[in-house]
Amino acid sequence: MDYQLSIENVHLSFGGVQALNGVSTGVKKGEIFSIIGPNGAGKTCLLNCINRFYRPQSGSIKFEGHEITGLSPHKIPKLGVARTFQNVELFSHMTVLDNIKLGAHIHLKSGFFSGGIYFGRCRNEEMHLRKHIENDIIDLLEIEQIRKSVVYSLPYGLQKRVELARALAMKPSILLLDEPATGMNLEETEDIARFILDINDQWGVTIVLIEHDMGVVMDISDRVCVLDFGVKIAEGPPEEIRHNPMVIKAYLGEKDLTLSRLG
Amino acid sequence: MRCGDFKETYVRDEEIFQSLFVKFWLGVLAAFLLIFPFIANEYMLYIANMIGFAIIGAVGLNLLTGFTGQISLGHAAFIGVGAYTSAILVTRLGLSFWLSIPLAGLVAASAGMIIGIPSLRVKGLYLCIATLAAQFIFEFIFIHWESMTMGITGINVPPPSIGGFEFNTEKRFYWITLFFVVLGVIYAKNLVRSRMGRAFMAIRDRDLSAEIIGINIFRYKLSAFAISSFYAGVVGALWVFYLKVVTPDHFPLLLSVEYLAMIIVGGLGSILGAIFGGIFMTLVPEIINTLSAALKTIMPGNEAFFEPLKSVVFGMLIILFLIFEPRGLAEIWNRIKNFFRLWPFSY
Repeated sequence: MDYQLSIENVHLSFGGVQALNGVSTGVKKGEIFSIIGPNGAGKTCLLNCINRFYRPQSGSIKFEGHEITGLSPHKIPKLGVARTFQNVELFSHMTVLDNIKLGAHIHLKSGFFSGGIYFGRCRNEEMHLRKHIENDIIDLLEIEQIRKSVVYSLPYGLQKRVELARALAMKPSILLLDEPATGMNLEETEDIARFILDINDQWGVTIVLIEHDMGVVMDISDRVCVLDFGVKIAEGPPEEIRHNPMVIKAYLGEKDLTLSRLG
Repeated sequence: MRCGDFKETYVRDEEIFQSLFVKFWLGVLAAFLLIFPFIANEYMLYIANMIGFAIIGAVGLNLLTGFTGQISLGHAAFIGVGAYTSAILVTRLGLSFWLSIPLAGLVAASAGMIIGIPSLRVKGLYLCIATLAAQFIFEFIFIHWESMTMGITGINVPPPSIGGFEFNTEKRFYWITLFFVVLGVIYAKNLVRSRMGRAFMAIRDRDLSAEIIGINIFRYKLSAFAISSFYAGVVGALWVFYLKVVTPDHFPLLLSVEYLAMIIVGGLGSILGAIFGGIFMTLVPEIINTLSAALKTIMPGNEAFFEPLKSVVFGMLIILFLIFEPRGLAEIWNRIKNFFRLWPFSY
């Protein structure tokens, strides 16, 4: 199949705990692919396997045809895989602008020689980067007013947005978002959903989304994959997932309650 | 009166010195540094040279500890490596002074990279102990590799000279010190606002996310060790040419601790902080000395009391800083700046 990211029969266990038990799935180029499931289902584990924070005991993960299970974590971004975290993982003592600039690390060239001299090529590179960040990222995510603020002084919702901005600065071809709307009010959630759609639409970035907010998932996803206890129990378009009895059982066990939650 | 800085281009916004006001005072500082040797006496020039060495070393250590977050207790050892390298190069190979300084830096940098290897596996206090080992290993080498380092008798070095002009007085050496201080500070300031410096800070703040954005952590940690040790090596070389002799007891563990104290008092993760720390930690003992000398005329025979008091006052100052100003002198400076930005209409 023509998957951009294909995951085949991935097993991951910690001691006796089977976090992922033979998960196989795939993400097509340009789609919004959601992974849902109850707490502890292994959603974040799956992303961590893609990022190579965890090394699956068996199975293969291919990105654009290349096997990536053997690569070291810092090589993954170069392939075009960017990621945000469930708990914000920003560089908290740096400014928003510096955080976003760090996202572009792999696209810059200056080293300790040219960087220390900061003249000519390195200077041009920095100015070019600044312009790109301002025009394409800060503008898109509407964070102009906080660009010089230090990250730890910002509220949680904005930090999440900055993390998204940093991931965008990596110019990814696939973006892994781990619960981008957690802990946000309705308005902020809608903003995030809008940003995700914009990024997918304008930049052509494939989105892999883990999210508990069913409204967001059902509204914006092209396909949804459901995990439960490390096993994939369903995959398909949102409409199909909404009525899948396995999914309903995994989430609540009772049908009538589930209907109220899944809409 | 300035009420705000409004910039119209990103180029202006990325400048180090943001306003005309700052540039003016920078010019005043430069002018002062240039005329200083003509108005100062020997003692003041001696202090200026000491401050210069402290600043270069502290800036180097701050790049490693303040910016990359790797605590090192081996800074004195790297200074020693630089000192011995330049001494040996000049006396054995007859190399010129100017060539031996960068070479001393390079040798110290390689030593730093070797000592930095454990940083792949260990962090924080554990790394601190690993670098402490470096301190003892190099001290041992300085003393016991007698065929090379001449053991505890040390090596005598001729004063540096170019074209017959010998830098053999405090005043003449001041120019060398000033040159390297300016070079070192500008380099460091540029480094931390470019790609590499940002990678250093990323590793300090969150190594997990540093990896996720494609930073090769090990490589950058080693680079930080190398650059920091390069600075140390240069200090060591300058130190040798200044004293015209090098012996193992110039590089005790205490010196490493002093450098750490400099960057903590000055401000971790700030180039300005390293400069302030270097000035502060060099000046305070001298001021206490002067005070006790002055008090001697009033209370004769107080030396027995004042000698130990010096260390007590010094230690107290550091403790007070840690408690009341953990972000160092650089933060005080920022506060003063911010106060005067709107003064006298603060609201």
